[in-house]
Amino acid sequence: MSRNHPPPQSARVAVAGRDASAVSGKGEPLVEVAGLFKRYGAITAVDGVDLTVRRGEVYGFLGPNGAGKTTTLRILTGLIAPSSGSVRVLGGLPGDPRVLARTGSLIEAPACYPYLSGRNNLRVLARHAGAPATRVDRVLETVDLTGRAGDRFATYSLGMKQRLGVAAALLKDPELVILDEPTNGLDPAGMRDMRRLVRELGTGDRTVLLSSHLLGEVQQICDRVGILSAGRMVAECDVEELRGEQGLLVTADPVDRAREHLAGLLGPGAVGEHEGALRVRVAPERAPEISRMLVAAGVDLFGIRIDERALEDVFFELTSEKETSDVR
Amino acid sequence: MFGSYAAELLKLRNRGAVWVLGGAGLALSLTFGYLLPYLGYVTGDANPQTQGVTPEQVLAGVLPEAVVANTIGGFAIFAGALALVLGALVVGGEYGWGTLKTLLTQRPGRLTVLGAQLLALATVLAGWVLAIFAACALAGMGIALIEDAPMTWPAAADLATGLAGGWLVLVTWGLAGALLATLFRGVALPIGLGVVWILGVETLLAGVVASVLPDLQVVADALPGVNAGSLVYAVTQAAPGQLPPGVTDAVTGTRAVLTLLCYAAVFIAVTAVTLRRRDVA
Repeated sequence: MSRNHPPPQSARVAVAGRDASAVSGKGEPLVEVAGLFKRYGAITAVDGVDLTVRRGEVYGFLGPNGAGKTTTLRILTGLIAPSSGSVRVLGGLPGDPRVLARTGSLIEAPACYPYLSGRNNLRVLARHAGAPATRVDRVLETVDLTGRAGDRFATYSLGMKQRLGVAAALLKDPELVILDEPTNGLDPAGMRDMRRLVRELGTGDRTVLLSSHLLGEVQQICDRVGILSAGRMVAECDVEELRGEQGLLVTADPVDRAREHLAGLLGPGAVGEHEGALRVRVAPERAPEISRMLVAAGVDLFGIRIDERALEDVFFELTSEKETSDVR
Repeated sequence: MFGSYAAELLKLRNRGAVWVLGGAGLALSLTFGYLLPYLGYVTGDANPQTQGVTPEQVLAGVLPEAVVANTIGGFAIFAGALALVLGALVVGGEYGWGTLKTLLTQRPGRLTVLGAQLLALATVLAGWVLAIFAACALAGMGIALIEDAPMTWPAAADLATGLAGGWLVLVTWGLAGALLATLFRGVALPIGLGVVWILGVETLLAGVVASVLPDLQVVADALPGVNAGSLVYAVTQAAPGQLPPGVTDAVTGTRAVLTLLCYAAVFIAVTAVTLRRRDVA
């Protein structure tokens, strides 16, 4: 992994500053978490997490397995109590019936009654939630399960169970939807459908908090991300901001002469190396100018393309930094 | 609360185990309350239900007048055990399937969900009592018609008292099952422990106390099974010589009712406190 691109400054500010208001977002904060800890004896599952989710955004909650994502989401839904820290969801406390009435969630694997049909499972939950019975068929349609709604849950495939879990989360037509790894165990087509569904959920005023360890998924769907590693939030900002500014990746020969000319044009700090190519910090629109300059200087140019860091790069950079510092 | 109660009833109505357990209670009541005694009467053979009893007494015991005794005579032991199993299933199933987290992330609070579950449990147990009573009444009527015997029914007040007493016995055991399921977060262990307690431990304790430690009789008389048996005894007016298993005259009916109510209250309170305080994984 390259160390040429440091994590963007904004990400570091969010990590160090813990200033939720400084993080860009669409609307008012719906989820506000500050200094959250959850300890199980000697084990600290959540280690001082700060988190802000704003109205109308799709927030990606990223982290490797065991990072503390599900524990944090369980706290947000009132299933477990924090050891310390402040948590506000929709202006209230987690688990408060008034908050739950406006929140839909799918935490970890979908859990339903195996002896009941999909429709009856939703009827049970709708009655508990005080949701109108008409919502049952509506959400079944939304997740494309109407055709199998009369079958027992035990006979469903994993993908169908996940979709029923999402349907259950939507029963109350909630303002805030919390989905914990909803594409887990799905085949590629199921994952694509689920991503489309999550993206649709996030349109309009509805807010989605999506936990995942699939970086491509988050990059495609989310407006903002928080990255959790070993129980700590290591970054929180816009996806684009986190990926940092774009540049160019130049493959040329001789590489030393190319570097010399590029440094002369853009300054020595703008040129780095990445797997045999030159990584150049410059606006991608200047690619034609740079290729003309290199050719004129007698450099053989094999390739020049936009250097766009994937979220994956940033993720590994941040989480490995955390692991390294823990080892130290 | 009403929505949650309706939801819990929907679950129980569609759950096969509820019907199987209810059916087992019904079959056992009819078998030991009517079939075996009546066969003994008809054939003249002795069986555990008819030993030491005259044929006239056997016939009287299966006629409509004895319907209360036959309905709830077995509640102290076997129907109580079935109720405990049902209570464990109603609450413990949520842990086994992981559905507790699904329920608790809907609208109602934890205590509302628990209240709805326990209310639904009590409703199903009331259904059991009524179903067993109806089956016993039909069996008694049938035998009375066949034997051309008088179709005399107990007084309405006795009927109501008997059925209510039987229901209290079942509810107490059902709540015990719910408590064990909450404490152990599952179904298997609570059922095992509860059934062993009802069928074995209490009888053993009572026997040991009676024979070896008479000073501890006051403790034995406070056990739930003893009070369940005493309540059944009080409301069925059973003759001392023909007491069904578990039925005893150890304490008065009033004391048995109060003790069972205390147990029920304690079971509910401990279940509620445990559910409210504990993290849901």
